[in-house]
Amino acid sequence: MSTEETEKGHHRIDYPAFEETPKYKELRKRQRGFVIPLLVAALAWYFLYVILATYASAWMATPVFGAVNIGLILGLLQFVTTFAITQWYVSYANRRLDPLATELRGELEAKQKAGAA
Amino acid sequence: MSNVLIHAADAVTTSAGANNPVLNISIFAAFVVVTMVIVIRAGRNNKSANDFYAGGRSFTGGQNGMAIAGDYLSAASFLGITGAIALSGYDGFLYSIGFLVAWLVALLLVAELMRNTGKFTMADVLSFRLHQRPVRLAAAISTLVVCFFYLLAQMAGAGGLVSLLLGIPATDTLATSLVVAVVGVLMVIYVLVGGMKGTTWVQIIKAGLLIAGALIMTIWVLALNGFDLGTLLQRGQDAAASLEVPFDALKPGNKYGKNPIDFISLGMALVLGTAGLPHVLMRFYTVPTAKEARKSVVWAIWLIGAFYLFTLVLGFGALVLVGPATIAAAPGGPNSAAPLLAAALGGPILLGIVSAIAFATILAVVAGLTITAATSFAHDIYANVIKRGEVRPNAEVRIARITIVVIGALAIIGGIAVQGQNIAFLVALAFAVAASANLPTIIYSLYWRRFNTRGALWSMYGGLISSIVLIIFSPVVSGKADPTGALTLSMIKGVDFHWFPLDNPGIVSIPLAFLLGIIGTYSGGRKENSWIAAEMEVRSLTGHGAEKEVHH
Repeated sequence: MSTEETEKGHHRIDYPAFEETPKYKELRKRQRGFVIPLLVAALAWYFLYVILATYASAWMATPVFGAVNIGLILGLLQFVTTFAITQWYVSYANRRLDPLATELRGELEAKQKAGAA
Repeated sequence: MSNVLIHAADAVTTSAGANNPVLNISIFAAFVVVTMVIVIRAGRNNKSANDFYAGGRSFTGGQNGMAIAGDYLSAASFLGITGAIALSGYDGFLYSIGFLVAWLVALLLVAELMRNTGKFTMADVLSFRLHQRPVRLAAAISTLVVCFFYLLAQMAGAGGLVSLLLGIPATDTLATSLVVAVVGVLMVIYVLVGGMKGTTWVQIIKAGLLIAGALIMTIWVLALNGFDLGTLLQRGQDAAASLEVPFDALKPGNKYGKNPIDFISLGMALVLGTAGLPHVLMRFYTVPTAKEARKSVVWAIWLIGAFYLFTLVLGFGALVLVGPATIAAAPGGPNSAAPLLAAALGGPILLGIVSAIAFATILAVVAGLTITAATSFAHDIYANVIKRGEVRPNAEVRIARITIVVIGALAIIGGIAVQGQNIAFLVALAFAVAASANLPTIIYSLYWRRFNTRGALWSMYGGLISSIVLIIFSPVVSGKADPTGALTLSMIKGVDFHWFPLDNPGIVSIPLAFLLGIIGTYSGGRKENSWIAAEMEVRSLTGHGAEKEVHH
């Protein structure tokens, strides 16, 4: 598909009207509503960790068991939360975003075909 | 046992006897030959711009995730972080975490929406609904600046590594310059012949070697400590406590404790810079769909996360088995921790393998940077800004090929000029510029409808200029005379014109760029085409009209 055809095809679709459809609004709400709060929380947790490591280093060095101290546990927890958020998002996107996005993409492609005919 | 280890480390650092340059070069040459064959094969199908810039968009999420890890885990990660942990304990680990958490920004906010709305470059997305030429030009300039700083960092690393590898003193400028030239020429050949497809395969192979090598060394170090991480950490703490200049290896603050704000600033640049690195963003276009782009990032997060966990073990392994004094005295300083650990574990053969992997790492990263910079110049500046889009795709790819040669020449000259400079500083600078100049505009153009051209230009140029100016007037460029830590000295010695107190500008330049985007937008810039804005958002979320995979 060349760029020109794509451009032409797209201008046959009334995107501003499409944005007002309930299904599209739902997809947008689900995507924004999931990723933004989750990312804000993840970054807050990271900077809390950084601030503790730089300003509360004596507390971070408190041993918990053996050589393992609070700082090490919090650092390893950063890995755990990063992996967990990643998998949580994948599962959410598979269940709540992809089916709706696929359905809407199908509708848009149908509109485009109808417009081209 | 420990006597043998100390002897091995001594032999490596004091003479080229145990360190076998012929062996090192042979292993590296084997890597070059194998990857070159693959690159030539991959390059056969490079017909269109889609092939040359985006590898035909035919890579799977897993392959691209490997390639992203290959692009991201640079020599600064492997050598730099292992060295930082070996010399300052906990703070090296703290530093590594920012590089991982950063991927959540790419995963959650950026990867899929960029794949759905762009074609080849970051500028494609930023200029989608704004005024084409000025926004594209700004995005291309910042792409070139970030790639160039990153490239220089890798080149500086190449020179340092070779002095260790071949037993040449770092002061031998002819030998290090020659090596930088070899790296530059190889990189140009890879990218010219293989395009994005070839570059991607080089990165995949390199990531496989790097992660496998680090894994083997990690298991080895753990085996020597009864597979007990606690024992290793305890031994590391004991080793650091019994030094002439003792430190607590498990307590934060050995490296960043003096100026906490500086580390917070660095952390901001790392966490927000990754999702604005042009060579990372471009990788999202090499897969067929947004879902595959998501899978790529998921693979990348697991691989990169696992790798940084390995570096924690390797760093403490080097602290225990090699010792900070030996590492600091070795050619290459902290960067020699990982190769010296390899020598202590497996003698000259493992040292040769690990050094060749580190070299391959540099080669793969510079190839990725070069194709990104060349694509941005040819596609954004030449085809869309100068020729206003009236250009045949073949002509555009020809310009890209010429650009690759020019960038190769600049990288060699610049690389020779920056020999001996601090690699970590150059990488941190690239991240700070990416976080300030690119990320705010990426987020605004994907998530904020009111955002307009003036906001984008103010934010991009404001972020770019403020981050670079603050660097120039920071202690890393002038005025830092710390006789105890040779590596933290300023770039320019003997003069002092610094007035900015921090090494990293992120804490000022990133919020400033976000703010300038808002002020610019509300200061009366023209209203943008709301139809195209609606199209962009619908396409970004549904994937409608996204660039398709090329089938041969």
